[in-house]
Amino acid sequence: MNVAVAKTGKGRAVSDLFTSAEGRLPGSSAVTAVRREAFETYERLGLPHRRIEEWKYTDLRALVGEVLTLAAAPDAAALKRAADAVKAHAIDGARKLVLVDGVFAADLSDVKALASEAGFKTLRETLDKDAGLLKTASTDAVIALNAAMATDGVVLSIADGAKLSAPIQIIHIATASSASAFTRSQVTIGNDARATIVESFVAAGSKAYQVNDAVIVSVGNNADVAHIRLMDDAPDAVNVSSHFVTIGANVKFNFFNMTTGAAVSRLQGFITLAGEGSELSANGVNLLQKTEHGDTTLVVDHAVPNCVSREIFRAVIDDRAHSVFQGRIIVRPDAQKTDGKMMTRALLLSDEAEADNKPELEIFADDVSCGHGATAGALDDSLLFYLKARGLPEKQAQALLIQAFVGEAIEQIADDGLREHVIGIAEHWLERRS
Amino acid sequence: MALLEVKDLKVRVEEREILHGLTLTVNEGEIHAIMGPNGSGKSTLSHVIAGKPGYEVTDGQILFRGEDLLEMSPDMRAAKGVFLAFQYPVEIPGVATMNFLRTALNAQRKARGEDEYSTPDFLKKVREVSKSLNIPQDMLKRGVNVGFSGGEKKRNEVLQMALFEPSLCILDEMDSGLDIDALRIAADGVNALHSPKRAMVVITHYQRLLNYIVPDVVHVMSKGRVVKSGGKELALELEASGYAQFEDAA
Repeated sequence: MNVAVAKTGKGRAVSDLFTSAEGRLPGSSAVTAVRREAFETYERLGLPHRRIEEWKYTDLRALVGEVLTLAAAPDAAALKRAADAVKAHAIDGARKLVLVDGVFAADLSDVKALASEAGFKTLRETLDKDAGLLKTASTDAVIALNAAMATDGVVLSIADGAKLSAPIQIIHIATASSASAFTRSQVTIGNDARATIVESFVAAGSKAYQVNDAVIVSVGNNADVAHIRLMDDAPDAVNVSSHFVTIGANVKFNFFNMTTGAAVSRLQGFITLAGEGSELSANGVNLLQKTEHGDTTLVVDHAVPNCVSREIFRAVIDDRAHSVFQGRIIVRPDAQKTDGKMMTRALLLSDEAEADNKPELEIFADDVSCGHGATAGALDDSLLFYLKARGLPEKQAQALLIQAFVGEAIEQIADDGLREHVIGIAEHWLERRS
Repeated sequence: MALLEVKDLKVRVEEREILHGLTLTVNEGEIHAIMGPNGSGKSTLSHVIAGKPGYEVTDGQILFRGEDLLEMSPDMRAAKGVFLAFQYPVEIPGVATMNFLRTALNAQRKARGEDEYSTPDFLKKVREVSKSLNIPQDMLKRGVNVGFSGGEKKRNEVLQMALFEPSLCILDEMDSGLDIDALRIAADGVNALHSPKRAMVVITHYQRLLNYIVPDVVHVMSKGRVVKSGGKELALELEASGYAQFEDAA
């Protein structure tokens, strides 16, 4: 296995990445042992490349080349910039948990307000008691690297029967340029609970940074959960995020991902329907321009009978941008009466834009209803002309049609306020474009 | 000054010339009917006036209040007061009719340097206009033309005409796909909008529509030219004897 390309620009061996960071990585010796093992996995595999099937369209060796050294812990000036970014990106009424360059920032967070509704600790505080937080079933190299390098994260637990009165917003802010941040969080939602979790990724004046985040979510029975991820990292940043979600019985889980930033991004979600009678609605929009590369990879695993999954993804791709959607639906042998549908559409705004769609159905049960559909195309000229003939200038006519196109995914967001917020992000992107 | 002057217009689509030197003058307040067989270039003329891409003007001029229309983008033509009622209005899923109407009206006003309508003012105006045309409010909440019947689509075109207050309305085969009741409702809408300041150009294959919208001038088109012009009685003459008599004249 060639790991040479995973060397840093200064030619140091990849293991220096870990060695030089080790002093900053929290955890007892037991934790360090887990980290070392994870790092060895990463070192053996190197950055994913196109010959690994799951990474066929997102060759990190070609697109990213090297993993940058760990960002320094934020100083006062960085925290000041982060505070401004928090103001700009906070959702009205949400309880904020802020991570700056991979370090939890208590002063920018609403820990007190949250305390009455949810249990909260940082990853740093929790690791010694539970080194298992760094373990997942995955053998993916970027997830192994995340386990090795995670500096902090949030560990949330929402008790049985708790109904959160406001969304919890985890805001990741990058203030350091040309450095990387690794975060790992865990969200545990009890039986009969109701919660809305929002994740935001933004820059505060930083450039060319890298984000590697992992979130482990487990949802108890009869819970009602909304999980919204808004990734608007700097245009030259890299964001690779992994979600592991396990859903109990009779749950309503409403997921939405919005990608509007980063030069290279990938969200890989592994969602397991582990209890009967649950409904998963997983949707997303990629808005990409210039040479941005945005990948959404979603594996929905129907492990038990009688669950419903619906996926609606839309990509709007301008200039020479490249959008990837890989959706796999697995129906295990016992998962009879599974109802799984996946629909993905790409809108190409330029001749050089590229969309790759890879839907996969792996069905091992015989009494199921599963399907997928994928389309790619340009804006309809006859619709554009109609709008122009009614007085809309070209860009405005395009914007109206693009909003309608992404609207089909955005309207799946159940919460009115969050839906309006996401519509606002799309409008802002369209204004930036024109 | 004439409202619309089309002078010796020659138009190609790909390599084929469709209009071979068409001349037409429309003054404020006049209703003109353009009749002709299929393939005579009627719809091409309406598309070129509105600015639809895909047509190459090789010669001639189109002046609107003396200004060169061919130099303007389609949205600018709309802002200047040119309105094309489409033969087949398109369906635009996901764009609510109300949002579309407000965006379009304000875009036109902005282009003319006028103040944009506030939401309450716009709502008031659209309610007035839709009431006068018997258009139910729930139609305005749906996607533009989505799931509309043929008659509803044409009424939506008339609604836009009423809202945008253009000075030149071109009705392209307004009667196609309409039964007689829907046709009468749409034509009543058009007649209500006719004014001494607003001209109408009614493009139609059949005389039937002209029972409802009575023209001042009738033009017969054949093979890319206007071959005869006359009063409203010319339409009846055509209905009786057909277009064949003009084929040679072209």
